[in-house]
Amino acid sequence: MEAIRTEVLTKHYNVGFWRPRPYVALEALTLHVRQGEVFGFLGPNGAGKTTTLKLLMQLTFPTSGHAEILGRPVGDVAVKRRIGYLPEDPYFYDYLTAEELLQYLAGLFGYSTAECRRRVASLLDDVGIGAERRLQLRKFSKGMLQRVGIAQAIINDPEVVFFDEPMSGLDPLGRREIRELILRLRDRGCTVFFCSHVLSDAEALCSRVAILAGGRLAAEGELSEMLVFQARAWEVVVAGLTDTVLERVTAAGHVVRATPLGAERYALELPLSVTLDRVVADLAAQGAQLVSINPVRETLEEFFVRQIGAAPRDRGLEPLAR
Amino acid sequence: MRLIGHVAVNVFKESVRDKILYNLVAFAVLLIAVSYLLGQLTAGQDIKIIKDLGLAAIASFGRLIAVFIGIGLVWKEIERRSIYSLLSKPIRRHEFLLGKYAGLALTLFVNVAVMTAAFYTLLAYLNTQFPEAVRASWPAPATDPGMLRAIALIFLELLLITAVALFFSTFSSPFLSAALTCGLWVIGHFNSDLQSFETVVDSPAAAYLARALYYVLPNFAAFDIKAQAVYALPVPGFYMVVTSAYAFVYIALLLTTAAVIFSKRDFK
Repeated sequence: MEAIRTEVLTKHYNVGFWRPRPYVALEALTLHVRQGEVFGFLGPNGAGKTTTLKLLMQLTFPTSGHAEILGRPVGDVAVKRRIGYLPEDPYFYDYLTAEELLQYLAGLFGYSTAECRRRVASLLDDVGIGAERRLQLRKFSKGMLQRVGIAQAIINDPEVVFFDEPMSGLDPLGRREIRELILRLRDRGCTVFFCSHVLSDAEALCSRVAILAGGRLAAEGELSEMLVFQARAWEVVVAGLTDTVLERVTAAGHVVRATPLGAERYALELPLSVTLDRVVADLAAQGAQLVSINPVRETLEEFFVRQIGAAPRDRGLEPLAR
Repeated sequence: MRLIGHVAVNVFKESVRDKILYNLVAFAVLLIAVSYLLGQLTAGQDIKIIKDLGLAAIASFGRLIAVFIGIGLVWKEIERRSIYSLLSKPIRRHEFLLGKYAGLALTLFVNVAVMTAAFYTLLAYLNTQFPEAVRASWPAPATDPGMLRAIALIFLELLLITAVALFFSTFSSPFLSAALTCGLWVIGHFNSDLQSFETVVDSPAAAYLARALYYVLPNFAAFDIKAQAVYALPVPGFYMVVTSAYAFVYIALLLTTAAVIFSKRDFK
């Protein structure tokens, strides 16, 4: 059984008051997320990530298609007992303290008062909220509210947790703590659906990713495979490379870029099209010693930009501006 | 049912900590005090003026709370997106809505109870300030328990106003909800005039429309028995039962419709 399954999930909104026109927020999203994985759901602002999460939480209803969590339709109360959700930029009740808010939300799961207290105390420790737990939430900074938001999302030890931009508003230390928390959740078998446009977080945490652009799925797969197969050049590190030899090799058109690493030591970037053996043999013949050869992989950021660039941009079923 | 109670307690807790609520109670108490001062200027009639103003103050401040907290109950949750976290928990939308309503009803009950206690305390004090001869001229004792019937109907009116405000706030903006609720309250006070509208217009269409509105719109005037309470006029028990039943049926219809609308709403 998959943790999350969406089949041609589509959401169109009508925009405009006098002459409503349809707007594609999400188009035919088919996504299968396995249990126990950290799945990155990536895309620029307005790509449709939050719309997808709202559909999965049944905060909005799909125009067509359907979605399931843990094999049951979204919105099922039995499913809600087994999931957690952190919305983007969470906001809570001004006049409740962090402790009271979490006890209130824990109470919705039917836990006893003692159990609520135990869970809340432990969770607030986990997300790094100390004495502030007795302050009213209106006095909390954005980062502190984010921590409270994360705590409420995992208050029921969920089997699947949905995080919408979990690192938003956090300082570097906070980001590291939350990263570690997500890895702990993964280690205990929790599926994490991680929605972000911060690619370094996704690269550090996710096993698989999907990239959404313009409301449509632009790419999906194992992160390692996606990037490995996108090698765009060779990096050859050589020692004993004199300026004269470097000029000669560069003039032959073999070197895209030469980065000095030390005395007569260079990292040479060669296009994938060159015959690597010949270039290496040439360098060796001119007295340079080969240190290492590595493929230069595309970074997630470069991959992301390329995918977004290729995605269709029109979001209206009809042109929005006439 | 447990979840409705759980949400209600939270609404009550939030309301109690919201300073606006304290201010309203303080203003109500202040108004009762002012009514006492006014009474000092009108020898012999003061107790009736104080009773009248006191009951009017309880109703007016209750209405302010019912309308302005009522329209914000759901809207604030949607606007601030706190509803996102809440509805992802194992609670159904209608349970959330009914919990919100029950929470405000509890808040109103406590407010009305506090204002009533302050009102009766003031009346008990005044009772000791007048000679027996003056007290004998009053239509009813200063602390006439019969006024509790008027207060009970005020409370029912507040419950109905809250249901109206909540109903409008499930599909419209706070400003529009407030305008519609206040408008409905004003029309509802002239509801009995709609019944006899056909005697003053020639158009049958207008008469039918007025009669239809009479049956559809809430009759808020039915909850106003302040004059009877002040002058110690009898209010039949049957009237209390029928009026209460009317309020509960109307509230149930409004909340059911609100729950249906709310359960289909997209939170964009």
